[in-house]
Amino acid sequence: MAPTPGLQIMQRSYLWQDGTVRSWLLTTDHKRIALLYMASITAFFVLGSFGAALIRLHLISPTGAILSDETYSRMFTMHGIVMVWLFLVPSIPVTLGNFLVPLMLGAKDLAFPRLNLISWYLFIMAGALVVYGLFRGGLETGWTFYTPLSTDYTQGRVLPVVAGVFLSGFSSIATGVNFIISIHQLRAPGLTWYRLPLMLWALYATSVIFVLATPVLSITLLLLAFEHFFHVGVFDPALGGDPLLFQHLFWFYSHPAVYIMILPGMGVVSEVVSTFCHKPVFGYRFVAWSSISIAAIGFLVWGHHMFVAGTSLYAAVVFSMLSFLVSVPSAIKVFNWLGTMHGGAIRLDAPMLYAMGFIGLFTVGGLTGLFLASLASDVHLTQTYFVVAHFHYIMVGGMVSAYFAGLHYWWPKITGRMYPEMWGRTAAALLFFGFNLTFFPQFILGYEGMPRRYATYPAQFQVLNVLSSAGASILALAYILPLIYFTWALFRGARATDNPWQATGLEWRISSPPPVENFITPPVVTHEAYDYAALDHPDAAPRAEAPHV
Amino acid sequence: MNWLPEASAHASRVDILLAGLLLISLAVLGLVFGLMMLNIIRFRVGSRVPVSAETVAHKSWRFEIGWTATTLAVFFALFVWAARLYVLGFQPPPGAIQIYVTGKQWMWKVQYPGGQREINALHVPLGRPVQLLLTSEDVIHDFSIPVLRIKHDVLPGRYQSLWFIATQAGAFRFYCTQFCGIGHSRMTGTLIVLTPTDYANWLGRTPASGSLATKGEALFIHNGCSGCHVSQPYAPDADDTSRAPSMVGLYGSEITGADGQHIRVDNAFLHDAILHIGPAHGQAAGYATRMPSYRGVLGEEDLAALIAYLQTLSPSRSSGMGVSAVSARKGN
Repeated sequence: MAPTPGLQIMQRSYLWQDGTVRSWLLTTDHKRIALLYMASITAFFVLGSFGAALIRLHLISPTGAILSDETYSRMFTMHGIVMVWLFLVPSIPVTLGNFLVPLMLGAKDLAFPRLNLISWYLFIMAGALVVYGLFRGGLETGWTFYTPLSTDYTQGRVLPVVAGVFLSGFSSIATGVNFIISIHQLRAPGLTWYRLPLMLWALYATSVIFVLATPVLSITLLLLAFEHFFHVGVFDPALGGDPLLFQHLFWFYSHPAVYIMILPGMGVVSEVVSTFCHKPVFGYRFVAWSSISIAAIGFLVWGHHMFVAGTSLYAAVVFSMLSFLVSVPSAIKVFNWLGTMHGGAIRLDAPMLYAMGFIGLFTVGGLTGLFLASLASDVHLTQTYFVVAHFHYIMVGGMVSAYFAGLHYWWPKITGRMYPEMWGRTAAALLFFGFNLTFFPQFILGYEGMPRRYATYPAQFQVLNVLSSAGASILALAYILPLIYFTWALFRGARATDNPWQATGLEWRISSPPPVENFITPPVVTHEAYDYAALDHPDAAPRAEAPHV
Repeated sequence: MNWLPEASAHASRVDILLAGLLLISLAVLGLVFGLMMLNIIRFRVGSRVPVSAETVAHKSWRFEIGWTATTLAVFFALFVWAARLYVLGFQPPPGAIQIYVTGKQWMWKVQYPGGQREINALHVPLGRPVQLLLTSEDVIHDFSIPVLRIKHDVLPGRYQSLWFIATQAGAFRFYCTQFCGIGHSRMTGTLIVLTPTDYANWLGRTPASGSLATKGEALFIHNGCSGCHVSQPYAPDADDTSRAPSMVGLYGSEITGADGQHIRVDNAFLHDAILHIGPAHGQAAGYATRMPSYRGVLGEEDLAALIAYLQTLSPSRSSGMGVSAVSARKGN
């Protein structure tokens, strides 16, 4: 695959070919858009983390240490909205996904490069609206906007924030459409569906959810605004509406949105585990189809957020059963990652440490999900800190670990520089320990009955809250470290080779950082995915049979 | 920190379920972390443990089907266990004491059948079934009693029900657990479980402005209900039910709606009918006049009193009938 010397001179890295601000803001290059997104979501992540830091600091004292009840409520609302819609939902798809989908497909760009740029501008406008709402007073509704609290009983700036979330939905839909069509249409010759990297299967499943679920959120928010302006009774019982209808519609989007957040993380972990074990992913087809089945069953479990909300007994029983069912494909993935490690040649570089952190923390998050899918125990645990701990294990322990795994893993490809390995491993270990110290005590708090979203709490809960806040400070360090050493590595890191991890996949066959046009000569795929034998012995003839299922 | 007490039989059963879930989780976690560690020790590059030539690649589908089937079986067993407890645990026994609890930003108002009222405190007798009829005057709240392992959302404009038999005397906290605005964390209170004698004493000691039903009777006349709905002492033509159905014997009975559906008349039904006008439930067929909506006229406390009065017009049907009827309609 190495280009001839003549071609090498013509290659220019996408990063430095034209450094003007204008060339960045008007770029249709998926790689540059990925970096625009990366900078934006990092800014939102810092904002959301700032909210979390204030919350944890406040909760050191049972009477509340630093904030008024009102500011506290606005802080956790801000934290939730910013983290969910401006960080977690876009995170891996728009950064690593944007960068990698065309490279993994062997394509020059996504199917609709301009739509890709528009999606970024929509996202920035959405972010601006949300930030405007938050800084011009904020709102105290929680990220869930439950009616009638969000319509009749708040003085906060609900409308600009809702408009922002509404716009961000269109950004998601644009990205989803782009990925689906690219994966269908732009696969290189020989790149069959079962030869796709598992990251692409995961992103494909994610994109399907983007396209099918997000419109429901848009409609719901539109109805909310409609009710506000025209007093049409939709959700407000005082106008003849039904507040539970809002919850149904909201969770019809927001539960699948959980899988929007976690599926790309699973894709990253599949890539990283395979590379750092130098072994094909165990049970490739099972892992691939488990992504699709998570996306499909994920649409049928929204009712488990409403077991105590006043829905019918029969609905609760059915939703409970489906919720157990949706966790089976996740369990399959975990077992297959362990199977991949078995018999491999394991290297414990930072991406692998993050990936193993993901597997462990995601398993805890998944298992505690069973406590909440079980009807009788959900009644006791829901709306308490148990739920807070549970979804942070999935969102932070799982998703953020996977995002960091992917960032470290593809950093040499994205920037052409290596990050400092020792610092990477240190940050991965800090994340794991800081995270557990922050959120494990919250499981116990939840069992003891401490409700979530409380600005003050009975003194008996203080010890565990202080532990949790102490963990949060370690967690903060684990976030700040990569910010520093990645910035340093961008200018001072060692030059990366084209394939520093001996990984398979088309993205590792081109230079680091990639040239503007990705592939000088269009690649032809002749091997299965994760065919390390072909990588290690490039002269040997391709094997006739598939090396794995 | 004191461990959370179990103040009812249901609480103990939920704790056993939680212990089961915890054991299974610990086993799975041990397996996942154990295998991860073993793999690292044996297969790390530079590991001194010799690697034998074993590979499992070719028979992997057997592993896949094995662990998928095992996971499914374990999950299904857990589902049945928890769902059974939920369904059985929410079938209320007959003869429960009905206490009305109204949530309001940011307090809990409690009304007893004897007319006693209090705020952010709930007195109940030991060993007797108690049914809470929950509603809200503004946003959605949630009434949560951790020592009993129960909670339920409290919605504006309709009744939800919770029931329990407390088996441990003492004072325990209850909370609002659905975010309801900036005063959310102050919307807590104390559940006081008293022995039956202490409870009777407490009821006697607490001033009551007439029983709930007496207050409801006054409202029934004052708001003109008695003008249309025949109620023996106040209707001159005791048998004239041409304008509206009689209230005598109505509570606890089954009526037929316009679509032929059988509807049990219970607290939640009466609450809805008064606020949302009868025809919403399709039972007004045959009456010339429509009942006006009392939304905005009657507050939640008035409604509780009115319904308590209507119950006294069906003396043969104990309040326990209403309990099961509520559960059948609202699903808990």
